[in-house]
Amino acid sequence: MAKKVAFMQGNEAAAQGALYAGCTFFGGYPITPSTEVAEVMSIELPKINGKFIQMEDEIGAMASIIGASLTGAKVLTSTSGPGLSLKQELIGYACIAETPCVIINVMRGGPSTGMPTGPSQSDVMCAKWGTHGDHAAICLVPASVQELFEETVRAFNLAEKYRMPVMIMPDEIIAHMRERIVFPEPGELEVINRTAPSVPPEQYKPYDTKFGDVPPLAAFGSGYRFHVTGLNKAEDGFPTTKAALVQAEEERQVRKVDANIDDIVTFEEYMLADAEVVIVAFGSTSRSARFAVNEARKAGIKAGMFRIKTFWPFPDKQIKALAGKVKAFITPEMNLGMCTGEVKRCAEGKVPVVGIFRVDGEPINPGQILDKIKEVK
Amino acid sequence: MAFDYDKYLRPNKLPHIWCPGCGHGIVMKGLIRAIDTLGLEKNNTAIVSGIGCASRLPGYLDFCTLHTAHGRAAAFATGIKMAKPEMNVILVGGDGDGTAIGGNHFIHACRRNINMTYIIMNNNIYGMTGGQFSPCTPTGAKASTTTYGNPDPAFDIAKLAIGAGATFVARGTAYHANQIDKLIVEAVQHKGFSVVEILDDCPTTYGRRNKFKSVIEMMNRLKEVTVPIKAAEKMSPEQLQGKILTGVLFKEERPEYTAEYAKVIERSKGAK
Ligand SMILES: Cc1ncc(C[n+]2csc(CCOP(=O)(O)OP(=O)(O)O)c2C)c(N)n1
Ligand code: SF4
Ligand SMILES: [Mg+2]
Repeated sequence: MAKKVAFMQGNEAAAQGALYAGCTFFGGYPITPSTEVAEVMSIELPKINGKFIQMEDEIGAMASIIGASLTGAKVLTSTSGPGLSLKQELIGYACIAETPCVIINVMRGGPSTGMPTGPSQSDVMCAKWGTHGDHAAICLVPASVQELFEETVRAFNLAEKYRMPVMIMPDEIIAHMRERIVFPEPGELEVINRTAPSVPPEQYKPYDTKFGDVPPLAAFGSGYRFHVTGLNKAEDGFPTTKAALVQAEEERQVRKVDANIDDIVTFEEYMLADAEVVIVAFGSTSRSARFAVNEARKAGIKAGMFRIKTFWPFPDKQIKALAGKVKAFITPEMNLGMCTGEVKRCAEGKVPVVGIFRVDGEPINPGQILDKIKEVK
Repeated sequence: MAFDYDKYLRPNKLPHIWCPGCGHGIVMKGLIRAIDTLGLEKNNTAIVSGIGCASRLPGYLDFCTLHTAHGRAAAFATGIKMAKPEMNVILVGGDGDGTAIGGNHFIHACRRNINMTYIIMNNNIYGMTGGQFSPCTPTGAKASTTTYGNPDPAFDIAKLAIGAGATFVARGTAYHANQIDKLIVEAVQHKGFSVVEILDDCPTTYGRRNKFKSVIEMMNRLKEVTVPIKAAEKMSPEQLQGKILTGVLFKEERPEYTAEYAKVIERSKGAK
């Protein structure tokens, strides 16, 4: 049978990806340029007996999805800049209470209201450091409509597998562009569901490390009664201030990602085998970078691209390895140096890291990158 | 035979954190009796709170319990109720939690008329953080942040709830302990968003600063300032001056949110 093909907008593809992954609950608050995700979910979810709710603000939206997740649902919210700032309080709650949920944040200019319709890549630090306290973060940065679909499925898988909030951050260009998309058949992409408890209700503890760093999560209303809090908690889910328990719990929550980096981090290596000048790019900027690399190659320059697909955890290992081989990194991004700082950290002073920054609401074009390649080669 | 509260408590989570003389425990006992009368199944009942002394209540009860973030109980609970409408969802919290930081979620839960019951323990103060004024602190009262007397006017929680669209609104007090469960029973039985405000006391951070000599004096005040709504019908405006009405203050039938959403589901299936 021929595959279903469509010409589709990024945000719509993200919504379709969520449905493919088994999402049955969406709580949101409208904001440009992410609103189409909510619109599609409002149309599609009731058809499958799912629930869509437009909440009173982004804090409420985040709260509603955590509540729904605790009943066993796969849950999604979508937002952009100012909404992401509001969600941060309860993103932290989802971290500490270890509640799976997916947050799509379409990056527009900031801070504050910024440039609602302009593209940006300036929320990537907010994905990691936005909520207070030590916590793990996973953030995916797709670069095409197809990838936005697939990465949304993966975001659900990671959220369910690691019991935590997972963010997808397409920039406005990826979210609003229309491209050909080939829909995977059901079963073609892996779909992961959270592990249900294997013990009877009397023995169940929601953070029982006997089952590893990601203990099984029961659902409210399924016969398991347990307590969930945003306070530091012991394995039984109740608050504790016992130093050793708090220390262990905090470390475990970070470790569950740190110890599984190779399972989480994804990237693309483009013409890296002999590359001397390596562009490190993500999202729509990587599309310009690919073009620039091709042009540079035509001109006889050994250029290549390391495309970040998973921004958090950051691909430290790969960039550190490259730093020992190449002559320079170029880091184009629609912000004032967020990825550049991370690449510099990984380059450890071995090679220069040259940024190209744009925060004027315009994309970085291939010519700008090509010029820089010629400059540093 | 004495009522068996233990059946609903988590014995190893006691003693509770509340100070001697705090009204929150009286409300918890009322809630337990109400749950018993209603026969709510433990596995199918979620008790959700925000942050504050009052919001510690769910941890002591053997149900599906969720201690959320400050002010957010109604929004978390809305997610639970929408995802699993067959669950009973009861919210508990303090006056500060519900009417300040949580005010927006509160009024929108009222507006949606989603079938949940919200019990607000109004002790007129932010107890947990040491007695700063809340939106329910009387004008002129002393709090740790109103040393010169509170300049703010106070919310009337019941009026706020009615204005926002709650379809059942009742008020009781910690003094009238035996009424608490009756009000909660009626509230839970009502189909729609029901609000039960319980006037209670915080001797530790409010009483002390406002010249109450004892918990008994604070409790007596709850008796003195309140009038049952039935009795009020026979009283003159002069007699009612400064009095707070108790009992079921408002009740109406209006479409309930999860039932309305079930209709959305039906309509979506007919749509192309
Ligand atoms: C976002 C946030 N802001 C502030 C606080 C601090 N805080 C904790 S409890 C509380 C007040 C609780 O008052 P109330 O809801 O009336 O409950 P009570 O303690 O009086 O029972 C405040 C301000 C917090 N925990 N979270
Ligand atoms: S501080 Fe006040 S509200 Fe908190 S437990 Fe003590 S008496 Fe109750
Ligand atoms: Mg209070």
